[in-house]
Amino acid sequence: MKIAIPALPCGNFSSVLKIIERVGGSAEIVDDPSHLASFGKMIIAGVGAFDHGMSCIRNRGWLDALDDFALRKHRPVLGICLGMQLICNRSEEGSIPGLGWVDANVVRFRLEPGSKMKVPHMGWNTVKIAKENTLIPLNSVEEQRFYFVHSYHAVCTDPQDVLATAFHGHEITAALSKGNVMGVQFHPEKSHRFGMALMQRFVELKC
Amino acid sequence: MLKHRIIPCLLMLDNGLVKTKCFVKPKYVGDPINAIRIFNDKEVDELMVLDIGASRESREPNYELIEQFAGECFMPLCYGGGIRSVEQARRLFALGVEKVCLQSAALDDLTIVTRIAEQFGSQSVLVSADVKSNWLGKHRLYSSKTTKFVDISWLTFLTDAVAAGAGEVLLNSVDRDGTMQGMDVDMIREAAAALPVPLIAVGGASSLQDIKAAVDAGASAVSAGAMFVFHGPHRAVLITYPKYRDLEQLFDQ
Repeated sequence: MKIAIPALPCGNFSSVLKIIERVGGSAEIVDDPSHLASFGKMIIAGVGAFDHGMSCIRNRGWLDALDDFALRKHRPVLGICLGMQLICNRSEEGSIPGLGWVDANVVRFRLEPGSKMKVPHMGWNTVKIAKENTLIPLNSVEEQRFYFVHSYHAVCTDPQDVLATAFHGHEITAALSKGNVMGVQFHPEKSHRFGMALMQRFVELKC
Repeated sequence: MLKHRIIPCLLMLDNGLVKTKCFVKPKYVGDPINAIRIFNDKEVDELMVLDIGASRESREPNYELIEQFAGECFMPLCYGGGIRSVEQARRLFALGVEKVCLQSAALDDLTIVTRIAEQFGSQSVLVSADVKSNWLGKHRLYSSKTTKFVDISWLTFLTDAVAAGAGEVLLNSVDRDGTMQGMDVDMIREAAAALPVPLIAVGGASSLQDIKAAVDAGASAVSAGAMFVFHGPHRAVLITYPKYRDLEQLFDQ
């Protein structure tokens, strides 16, 4: 079944479309919220500021359609980068409430004074898999590395919702899930074969 | 732990790939699409493509070609050259470019950096400074567009660029460009200590040890051109990139 990518203006979708095609899936950018229900899965992709993302969702009539898809129809959803943060409750970056599908809050990096770490956390980092999940294999021989770019990170209220962590000054949530809703802080579409494998798992996921 | 990024820097001129030495004598090194394909297969951390003719000729980016580049990259792609407006940046992002690199436009007016950062986030806008020694051997900010020194300190320019919203800076040593004689470690150290955002150092790298020296001096990432496109003393064209395992060992030292 086709994957919907809501056409939120904060998104840069060509890379996501390209990688889905590469792993044998098919996706479509959806302009009209009322068309969303005909899709089997959804990817919320985006970059930029939290409030900008949420105000696009609210002001352009996406909120009900997104909630319906994720919470009532229980179809698989993958949030990428800002998309992952938007499915949380709220963010220190903004004041507009998030979608709240995962009980998590998004906070800014708090690095030790004098730390040599830089924010944004930008570049390739390895992830530690916290538990068995549908996106990243738990016991792969090769380390799993992904491309990250972000200044804020999600903190899950229930540690059980954390799928994977990365380390940058302190531990951060790299991937999370709550039922049918999943999110990754990194960019699988920019993470070579590691990202391709993840996207392939999402594409092949049974609805 | 976050890895230090090693970024091939490809220079474009008249839609071909070239490599310069101290910013002059561009030598043709091949077809860009072919090179990008090879770099993608080698799983490079990131890729930077700079059109060095665009600003000089007051030309817009070659969108068609850049779209083809983006189509070959399953890693982040940064493009620089000829970008003078938010609309041009938006168009590049829509084609699948992750970051835009500004220099000439930022030298004229830093608010373009702010306007791009506000719409697309700081992570999407990089400002580059080319630094060249004057006859006294003093490091001066240099404009690759006008080929003249700019009357402001290079570090002030970068500090202002970060304050304006640049999420990352590219620091280039004109004197070392293409020479493969090692990087300007002192300059990198000074910049990295002063700037709160990731610094990409470029200019002069010829070996993994040069890259290590730049990273030890504080660079978050190291970019190189000649090192990845030339091979041997006669500078034969050969596209290479270090193996992941070798980079792991390098930074574990």
